[in-house]
Amino acid sequence: MKEKPAATPAKFVAACLQARTIYNRNKDKAMDNRYDLNKNLAQMLKGGVIMDVSTPEQARIAEAAGACAVMALERIPADIRAAGGVSRMSDPKMIRSIQEAVSIPVMAKVRIGHICEAQILQAIEIDFIDESEVLSPADDVYHIDKTQFSVPFVCGAKDLGEALRRISEGAAMIRTKGEPGTGDIIQAVRHMRLIMSEMRRIQSMRQDELFQAAKTLQVDVALVNYVHENGKLPVVNFAAGGVATPADAALMMQLGAEGVFVGSGIFKSGNPAKRAAAIVKAVTNYQDAKMLAELSEDLGEAMVGINEQEIKLLMAERGK
Amino acid sequence: MNIGVLALQGAFAEHLAALRKLGVNGVEIRQRADFQAGLDGLILPGGESTVMGKLLRELKLYAPIRDAIAAGMPVLSTCAGLILLAERAENNEKTYFALMDITVRRNAYGRQLGSFRTTTDIAGIGPYPMVFIRAPFISSVGPKAHVLATVDGHVVAARQANMLATAFHPELTDDLRVHSFFVNMVAQVNANCRQQQTA
Repeated sequence: MKEKPAATPAKFVAACLQARTIYNRNKDKAMDNRYDLNKNLAQMLKGGVIMDVSTPEQARIAEAAGACAVMALERIPADIRAAGGVSRMSDPKMIRSIQEAVSIPVMAKVRIGHICEAQILQAIEIDFIDESEVLSPADDVYHIDKTQFSVPFVCGAKDLGEALRRISEGAAMIRTKGEPGTGDIIQAVRHMRLIMSEMRRIQSMRQDELFQAAKTLQVDVALVNYVHENGKLPVVNFAAGGVATPADAALMMQLGAEGVFVGSGIFKSGNPAKRAAAIVKAVTNYQDAKMLAELSEDLGEAMVGINEQEIKLLMAERGK
Repeated sequence: MNIGVLALQGAFAEHLAALRKLGVNGVEIRQRADFQAGLDGLILPGGESTVMGKLLRELKLYAPIRDAIAAGMPVLSTCAGLILLAERAENNEKTYFALMDITVRRNAYGRQLGSFRTTTDIAGIGPYPMVFIRAPFISSVGPKAHVLATVDGHVVAARQANMLATAFHPELTDDLRVHSFFVNMVAQVNANCRQQQTA
């Protein structure tokens, strides 16, 4: 006859439960702390320009021109667009070579929903991961659960619902999607205006209207409350997609961006170093038209743009 | 009281908000014309020192600000701001105003995964929540400056006469004691100036 297992003492069970609660609380606290630190890094980037680079040499040019961070990727969006096919996370070796070349933060892109590419970038201690619609999506339903990572994420959004959904998944920074690799600013303008006006609308709502707003936006009511009280996102909000000139960058700042990503606009232009430096200064003094006029002089050829009506692939429609 | 906040890049809005909470007027310094008479103190915020250093020169702010600090204008510098003030930097990194008798190590805690938060005593203030974001630390302090706080044996806050420097970000917490310590510093300098003028 088998011996009956001794009944577990209630005290022991209680102790186990308490230990688990404390463990979970500490783990949550540690992750909360991490998330705050990650949002803080985004705050340090404000008022700055983040530039796409594909070689250590370009990274050094960007840093010398005043970039506050660089985005390491094998092919800039304009080339991805031209090449077609599936585009993926860049070679970690190439990303490392850029990390070694500069002292400013280095970001890199993963495909939407590609948990494993994100784990790889975290393993090489990237400073920021861009879960980006510029690459081919790996998942057409789910984004990455960014709360499971220690490194920060930036995500694209074209309206307030998308922005807040990405934040509840753990994004520490938001940027407009714009239409990457086109040199056409219209989409970034549209997205920034929409996000800002939706926030103003929520700010003016009565308390009891916020529940419905959360429902239509498909987001947590706590985030809607935050926007209602503060009139802004709980994370830093940059402009991205189609910025090609100092005037484009200043326009986005005037519309409410806290900083600017420039992708193809710099290294697809005639004089990258000069254009990059001019865009940096334009972001700092975006309200001084006289200075903007000086900055816009003699920059050489801007990148060849494609109008939004001329493109087949709308990257901004990826990931909602 | 008017305190200028260097607003070329970085977390300057957070410093302006802290000043507002203390009832002090903050003035954004984005170009030469913003740095005018009537400023009682200056804050050099966090951000990227390479960006600020470059824009300081190109926007012709470098010389007037350096002269003002050298002449005794009180200055609070945080993180990248500390790098701007340091006289020496490790690994042949660039120096900028080079006015404070300290040596700084940039990105001393590594990349973003090395960013952290801790609570430690600051001399004259007490236990203080410190946020370090890709932060530098002060690897050595010369005879003109003195240490205000250390974390794991590394100096993270120091003062030299009119210059107060922290490797962490007081503007990222709700604790206003570092800012109010600085505001008192500014008030004292102003009072001394007035005394000298009447004497």
